[in-house]
Amino acid sequence: MSVVTNTTTIGAIDAPSRRNTELMLMVFAVAISVFAYANVGLAINGELPSGMLGYGLGLALLGGIGHLAVRKFAPYADPLLLPLATLLNGLGLAIIWRLDQSERFQATPNFVAAASKQLMFSAAGVALLVIVLLALKDHRILQRYTYISMLVALFLLILPMFFPAVNGAKIWIKIPGVGTIQPGEFAKIIIAVFFAGYLMVKRDALALASRRFMGLYLPRGRDLGPILMVWAFSILILVFETDLGSSLLFFGMFVVMLYVATERTSWIVFGLLMSAAGAVGVATFEPHVQQRVTAWLDPFDGWGKLAASEQMAKSLMAFGSGGTLGTGLGQGNSDLIGFAANSDFILATVGEELGLAGMMAVLLVYGLIVERGVRTALAARDPFGKLLAIGLSGSFAIQVFVVAGGVMGLIPLTGMTMPFVAAGGSSVIANWALIGILLRISDTARRPAPAPAPSPDAEMTQVVRP
Amino acid sequence: MSELTLTVMRLGFLAVLWLFVIVAVQVIRSDLFGTRVTQRGSRRTATDARPPQARQNAAAPPQQRQQPGRQRRGAPTKLVVSEGSLTGTTVALQGQTITLGRAHDSTIVLDDDYASSRHARIYPDRDGQWIVEDLGSTNGTYLDRTRLTTPTPVPLGAPIRIGKTVIELRK
Repeated sequence: MSVVTNTTTIGAIDAPSRRNTELMLMVFAVAISVFAYANVGLAINGELPSGMLGYGLGLALLGGIGHLAVRKFAPYADPLLLPLATLLNGLGLAIIWRLDQSERFQATPNFVAAASKQLMFSAAGVALLVIVLLALKDHRILQRYTYISMLVALFLLILPMFFPAVNGAKIWIKIPGVGTIQPGEFAKIIIAVFFAGYLMVKRDALALASRRFMGLYLPRGRDLGPILMVWAFSILILVFETDLGSSLLFFGMFVVMLYVATERTSWIVFGLLMSAAGAVGVATFEPHVQQRVTAWLDPFDGWGKLAASEQMAKSLMAFGSGGTLGTGLGQGNSDLIGFAANSDFILATVGEELGLAGMMAVLLVYGLIVERGVRTALAARDPFGKLLAIGLSGSFAIQVFVVAGGVMGLIPLTGMTMPFVAAGGSSVIANWALIGILLRISDTARRPAPAPAPSPDAEMTQVVRP
Repeated sequence: MSELTLTVMRLGFLAVLWLFVIVAVQVIRSDLFGTRVTQRGSRRTATDARPPQARQNAAAPPQQRQQPGRQRRGAPTKLVVSEGSLTGTTVALQGQTITLGRAHDSTIVLDDDYASSRHARIYPDRDGQWIVEDLGSTNGTYLDRTRLTTPTPVPLGAPIRIGKTVIELRK
């Protein structure tokens, strides 16, 4: 007879801080970006680009500052978030610079060389990351500002309505002398704080008070209030700002957080139904949205007639001409897309010049960022941090899906930018801040637990023998 | 630039990009933190019907088995909780002292309102005989139906009752 008795011991693994791993990956990420930059220069001009040293040093400096800030202010933070973001940012810079070099792209109206500006915006973004790490010692502080952040986010979202539409969508505000800002990118982070704070308090009511019907938990009528409000608000954005992207982003983020907070699948079902109903409803009377849907359903039909369709068709052709391994950096024709080739449509360039293989790698890098965010949420010990991390990584994921899906013709195209890669100041700066908050939460989550408090009954019982 | 160089660069770039992704995934794989659960297998009577993993551990025990001293045939090998909230928990008897109580550092932490924080201990004496001793608990430790006043040898299978928890030594 074999007797195996098992005693299970449960102890804590001391999480190493892993900052050196981060540094190594960071060097790797910068090296890849410089490689991409050199590759573009060699392909287009036949020589190493003159700005390579400056570009490489600039990117290395940004990465280095970010890394040092993390080392100093968030020593236990996740080792992957920063290098992954740096890689995307560096790759984006190389591709934007590549499009700047293209003569066809230069010929488009209102062309401005975007690469140097983008590097500046990246610097501002990393600066904001450092400020977030420096100023936000504990993410739970944000919880105090639940309702203030709601007001700020609403303000930021409503603000662009009063500014003239740019390319059919009112998502920009123009500040004379400074440039245009896309407040929605910042509102994304701020509203995640509100959702997290709100759902943390209300989740029991939303999860428990429900009837079961056909395998679904049906919430009570009055508990539908918040989701209806967010839905109505996102429809308002869609109608008045004609921006499908932000509207989808905010509603999707709320549904994701609601689902995570309550563990009720029914919210997802309701959310999908409501967003489908909203989008279809608005598409019937809003010409800008209608155009996008037409361009999505039949991109080649509108060739020469509708700019949106033609652009869409060119994007699809770019993906097609890229094939599996791509044409090589600087050797594609994705600059034919013209307007917005370096912002909304930048993925078409990635798809053409790096091919399916490169595209998958880039999407995987996005996926890894989201995965680290979700892992942070799982590891976080406080419900607010969990929900905030899920909300931020969820919004990141939805944004990537909406943009990539739009450019590839899976869903109607929306006016959003690919985080980190696309040219656009607001997007880069806001996403660096998002990474900063995720780093802060993961630092709190992975920090080794403090030594257990001395047990109160440790010295109580003593056996005194005569 | 020659066609060949550009092709090599193109494929090289893709390879490097993928290498980065793979390295990142490797980092995730080695990025373990949180709670460590260790299974410590221990054995008294060994036959071939044991799992292969444990077989390696079994190489060491022969000398160890002699350690508890003149272990007699029929000596208990494990302590089993047969009643109470911890029912089913077993602890191998390897010559160590087993403490019972509500204190967190007890070998068996009793979640029992009737137990004291340091309630009792079970230990082997020099002959390898297991002894149970009450550590001045409020509600007492019972062997069968008698309340313990002095350290008492535990016969095989005799129930030791602490509050709602019942413990036995088994072979």
